[in-house]
Amino acid sequence: MRTIRLQREDFDPGTEQARLVRGRTDIGAVVCFTGICRGDGISAMTLEHYPEMAESEIARHVEEAEQRWPLLGVTVIHRFGRLVPGDNIVLVITASSHRGDAFAAAEFLMDYLKTRAPFWKNEEHGDRTAWVEAKETDDIAAERWKRNREAAE
Amino acid sequence: MSVKLLYFAWVRERVGKPDEVVEPPSNVRTIHDLIAWLAGRGEEYAHAFENPKVIRAAIDRSHVRPDAVFAGAREIAFFPPMTGG
Repeated sequence: MRTIRLQREDFDPGTEQARLVRGRTDIGAVVCFTGICRGDGISAMTLEHYPEMAESEIARHVEEAEQRWPLLGVTVIHRFGRLVPGDNIVLVITASSHRGDAFAAAEFLMDYLKTRAPFWKNEEHGDRTAWVEAKETDDIAAERWKRNREAAE
Repeated sequence: MSVKLLYFAWVRERVGKPDEVVEPPSNVRTIHDLIAWLAGRGEEYAHAFENPKVIRAAIDRSHVRPDAVFAGAREIAFFPPMTGG
């Protein structure tokens, strides 16, 4: 089962996980990752996105994850619009027979979302706003999956 | 050949509009060429594209490198490095 949603509204990780595993007895491991808006010095952030490309790019990477690991279900939900500290931003759920595949696929998808999914964060610091700069550590994290793939080929 | 351009985040803010249709001359073939051509269209474009190295591009909703040829493209997007997740 595959679910990909881009939405302004909040999501509930428990509900989404239950939806993914309901009625299944082949799933032995579920990894459920939630990214949350941190409050370190900001009053809010607004996520801008390129809707059509975000959907097709995420779908493409979910397909890649399904090819690389024996997954039994994937859910990716990414919010856009204005969020305040404590709000959920992104949800990645991966299900498989064994935990190693679920962990690896969830981490792959998150590393990808950070660097290749067309979203941009604009932070509010009081009455000033600033675009978040991309982190080199995120690029390095995404890059290692490429190396792993090349090594496997 | 006319093509739709989309701008996001600070590229959009600097250019001052989210999208537009342009008709670049025929010697403008690659994303790199297009950035250079756009930068010459006025102050706001010069500001948006002052550092081409940090500009990312997508042709018809797929990431491309600066040397990509855009002939036949319907939609080209320019944006800073992504910060989702």
